[in-house]
Amino acid sequence: MTQAQLAQGNAPLLAVRDVSVVFGGIIALNGVSFDMHKGAILGLIGPNGAGKTTLFNCLSRLYQPSSGDILMEGSSILTRPPHRIAEIGIGRTFQNVALFPNLSVLDNVRVGTHARTSSDIISDSLKLAWVRRTEADVNKKVHEILDYLDLNDVAHTVVSGLPFGTQKRVELARALAADPKILLLDEPAGGLNHEEVHVLGDLIRRIRDERHMTVLLVEHHMGLVMSIADHVVALNFGRKLAEGTPAQVQADPDVIKAYLGSKDQ
Amino acid sequence: MSAVEDVVTEAPAVEAVPKRAMTLGLGTSLVVLVALLIVPLFVKNFIIFQLTMLLIYGLAVLALNILTGGSGQFSLGQSAFYAVGAYTSAILIEYTGMNYALTLPIAGLICFAFGFAFGQPALRLSGVYLALATFALATAMPQILKLGFFEHWTGGVQGLVVTKPDAPFGLPMSQDMWLYYFTLAITIGIYIASVNLLRSRSGRAFMAIRDNEIAASAMGVDVALYKTLAFGVSAGITGVAGGLGAIAVQFVAPDSYTILLAISLFLGMVVGGVGWLPGSFVGAAFIIFVPNIAEGISKGLSGAVFGVLLFLVIFLVPHGARQVAIVAQQLIGKLKK
Repeated sequence: MTQAQLAQGNAPLLAVRDVSVVFGGIIALNGVSFDMHKGAILGLIGPNGAGKTTLFNCLSRLYQPSSGDILMEGSSILTRPPHRIAEIGIGRTFQNVALFPNLSVLDNVRVGTHARTSSDIISDSLKLAWVRRTEADVNKKVHEILDYLDLNDVAHTVVSGLPFGTQKRVELARALAADPKILLLDEPAGGLNHEEVHVLGDLIRRIRDERHMTVLLVEHHMGLVMSIADHVVALNFGRKLAEGTPAQVQADPDVIKAYLGSKDQ
Repeated sequence: MSAVEDVVTEAPAVEAVPKRAMTLGLGTSLVVLVALLIVPLFVKNFIIFQLTMLLIYGLAVLALNILTGGSGQFSLGQSAFYAVGAYTSAILIEYTGMNYALTLPIAGLICFAFGFAFGQPALRLSGVYLALATFALATAMPQILKLGFFEHWTGGVQGLVVTKPDAPFGLPMSQDMWLYYFTLAITIGIYIASVNLLRSRSGRAFMAIRDNEIAASAMGVDVALYKTLAFGVSAGITGVAGGLGAIAVQFVAPDSYTILLAISLFLGMVVGGVGWLPGSFVGAAFIIFVPNIAEGISKGLSGAVFGVLLFLVIFLVPHGARQVAIVAQQLIGKLKK
């Protein structure tokens, strides 16, 4: 990618280049490529076992691709350890909710700011002035996010006792606390009812518009993806099946075949 | 894929309490502090000595609590760190004539380094496997201290005698009483620092790792670094406790620091309530006084009586002193209404 292209502003924020993942003899991902542009909501769909979560885990560095590259703003993320992904602006939520169950909502979201702050154990133990200032900034930001996601009522509640839907919102709050440029959402609609899915769709769009984020949405819930995504990538058996606007992908014969089976089967 | 999901949804290794419930309220803290300050004025020197040991073991249990309750890592090797701290202080006092108070930070630093270094290989282990690895450390330590190679410094099997310090500035108090107040001051300092630490960004990182390593890592927490730091901090505090112990007992010998000490400290943590810092001192009181009570009930069967008492405590209050404190708090709340 040349400097000129970057200057024009049409360079992708995140580029997935020919990524393959092999587990033992099983090819979980086979040469998948796509781009994510700033401010877009990209939906990643596919039947069970299509490789959606595998791709997702490559993006957050839990898996190492066997070949291919992933570029964030032009530089590869594959040399970074998993704990140094948050600092370059990639935030995520987990499919089955991975909160810190014994901590309060407040503390869960505070941990979200870890990548954006610094401290050492000596200064923390002595509660030095600069540590107190950082904590004050953290608290201000955390309360702003709790306000934004309407979580103030449960701020001091331990998360393990909260309803599933609320836990999902806490996880979203924790991801937002790191000020990510890209928000990776792994099946945010899983376990939610029809009404809640609708609210979630509005929320994701609002986050994109008001907090200027780019969203990658991995989702089973077709209705949600088709209503809020700008661009959709469909996977099946580890390969990219189709890519385009929601309408294009929905009309794609290969996608219909993957989901419903074909007539001549 | 499923392997990762298993880890993500894995239950935390340690049943723990939220951070807000990790300490005492201001009022209770003040009452406890005043009691700790005035009690020595009314009791015999031997009791004062026992109270000093209570604070010292309390610090060692607190250190284990930061490791297990805070970062979720088990250790049955705390006696090794305690021994290194005790020997560091004893050797510095006896061979270099260094002031006893100055030897404590050195003991703490050496143990921090030792714990941090031990934390590196321990990173690959968790749960019972980690407990076993630390167990090995605890069983090896007394033998290492007896080695002929170190005998010139450690005094081998004989150990070392440490001179007990007098009260400074001509203060009119006994050696035991001075040592008690000296230990109390250090204990309060370390307690406050520990509370600060667990309430800070670092403490949140410890607890995030305890609750879910993968999510912690995704939030930018360097899991390996914070796990080893927790080992280092825990070992450092244990080392200071060991140094204080050497000064209070006036004697260090390899067989004072066997696996039994490590198990006692672990027991103290469970009895006090895992993750509840004030409980560390209740647990310490248990491991110091209950064996004596057991001996009072039956000399011949003191071990069995101790076992029964321990069993009763675990059966009646599985969450230890913390559970008692919570029930008491609720009762007081009801009475106020």
